[in-house]
Amino acid sequence: MNAFLLLGLGGMVGVLSGMFGVGGGFLMTPLLFFIGIPPAVAVATEANQIVASSFSGVLAHFRRRTVDIKMGLMLQAGGLMGAALGVVVFNYLKALGQVDLLVKLCYVVFLGVVGGLMFIESLNAIRKSKKAGGAAPAARRQRGWVHALPFKMRFRTSGLYISVIPPILVGVCVGILAAIMGVGGGFIMVPAMIYILGMPTKVVVGTSLFQIILVTGFTTMLHATTNYTVDIVLAVLLLVGGVIGAQIGTRIGVYLKAEQLRILLALMVIVVCVKLGLDLLLQPAELFSLGEAGGH
Amino acid sequence: MRKLLLSALTAATLALLPQSAAQAAKEEVVLGLSQDRVAITATFDGSEILIFGAVKRETPIPADEPLEVIVAVSGPAPSVMVRRKEKKLGIWVNVDSVLVDSAPAFYAVATSAPFAQVLRDTEDLRYRVSIRRAIRSVGAAMHIRGAQAFADAVMRIREKNGLYSLRENTVAVDEQTLFRTAIKMPADLTEGDYQTRIFLTRGGEVVSSYETSIDVRKVGLERFLFSLSREQPFLYGLMSLAIAIAAGWGASAAFSLLRNR
Repeated sequence: MNAFLLLGLGGMVGVLSGMFGVGGGFLMTPLLFFIGIPPAVAVATEANQIVASSFSGVLAHFRRRTVDIKMGLMLQAGGLMGAALGVVVFNYLKALGQVDLLVKLCYVVFLGVVGGLMFIESLNAIRKSKKAGGAAPAARRQRGWVHALPFKMRFRTSGLYISVIPPILVGVCVGILAAIMGVGGGFIMVPAMIYILGMPTKVVVGTSLFQIILVTGFTTMLHATTNYTVDIVLAVLLLVGGVIGAQIGTRIGVYLKAEQLRILLALMVIVVCVKLGLDLLLQPAELFSLGEAGGH
Repeated sequence: MRKLLLSALTAATLALLPQSAAQAAKEEVVLGLSQDRVAITATFDGSEILIFGAVKRETPIPADEPLEVIVAVSGPAPSVMVRRKEKKLGIWVNVDSVLVDSAPAFYAVATSAPFAQVLRDTEDLRYRVSIRRAIRSVGAAMHIRGAQAFADAVMRIREKNGLYSLRENTVAVDEQTLFRTAIKMPADLTEGDYQTRIFLTRGGEVVSSYETSIDVRKVGLERFLFSLSREQPFLYGLMSLAIAIAAGWGASAAFSLLRNR
């Protein structure tokens, strides 16, 4: 594999992740599929790379005190369970020869849903800002099943007094995604934290990064010890490109409007989703594939 | 590139052999390799091995048929899982698989003339020289019904990736005595001993053959990382994480330094 291609890819996704404030895992992993890295290796290695980019990001949030450590720990507890579960499922399907399918299906579904929602939402936002001059819709705190659950706990940084069950469940879901898709899961967790847990927006990103580090780190260890699919050289090339790209992307992002950014990101997500979907739907040129023998 | 003067050494030993041994086979191969080791380093991007040699003979050159040379290099043969896709519920999924238990990871044949001309089919069957014969000689998996399609797939995919190749007319033969060829090896080589066979043929019959091996090994960083990941996966995982954390912290520190300036 060409080292410069990988550096460039890392850099490109880094720029995008800096511009849009996303982890970039959900773009990087499909791109790795496209250049011919086996999905199992792409997922495990990408998990390792996300540790680097999240760590870089969370340091800034710690300085600004926008990390809810207590909430993060609850999410992490769930995340570890989810990651372990995800790796078990991953390895089981790998033995069956279906892991590529699982990973790609997950991507098509998640990218499709997230890209579609983001696209519609940012179109609406653009339309509204044109009509009303940018009156943001009032944030709605959800009252209901979340507040009826037992084991309540006080989260001072977030200013919340809620049950620990929803954060743990959110953590489990994100952990499973991290293990199967090689993503940090920020794109699922951030909306979940805002709309389900009702956390204030300013602590959401920092807390989610904090949670992602441990969960993707744990996922990396699980993949490295059970599958041997973490490729350290690949990870280093991607993360060198990635961290530099992210810093550049952050600068570029300042000059663009939030809605335009989001609509661009949404379009990109949809393109990747369509490409992956077509690969599954159209008859492949080669019906046979070679894989390593043995249980793994 | 290490130049090993294997040819000179082999020639010297052969010259010392008693006459009777040389008499049994009238024509013999004296071989040289540009290197008998291939080192896969982190930056390895393929290699070309020069195989050259001479034909040693006690009698004058037979006049009837010209001498032809075949060089076959065969890599180690770890078993490979071949899976077949079929359309299920609208999407293409792997439906069945066959374990092909000994198809070489690399196989290259170079000949001095079109293959059909240098080797008869019966001789091919006996020595398993052509790609098809070399792969077909795999074990029990081949008895499964429809398994040939899977073996064909192994050949097709590896031919496409440059791992299997038949290169006709690429062995140069001078005066029916000196021959040389270059075998190109791709970047994604499997480690192991690469068995190298040389056949001398006349009129499609093998008159002499010679065998040696080329050692292909990962070295340096590549070797270290590979064995660490298999033997100490926990340590390897921790190392990956340490690198990731260090890179993340380093990037954050470096850029905040730049910003403050």
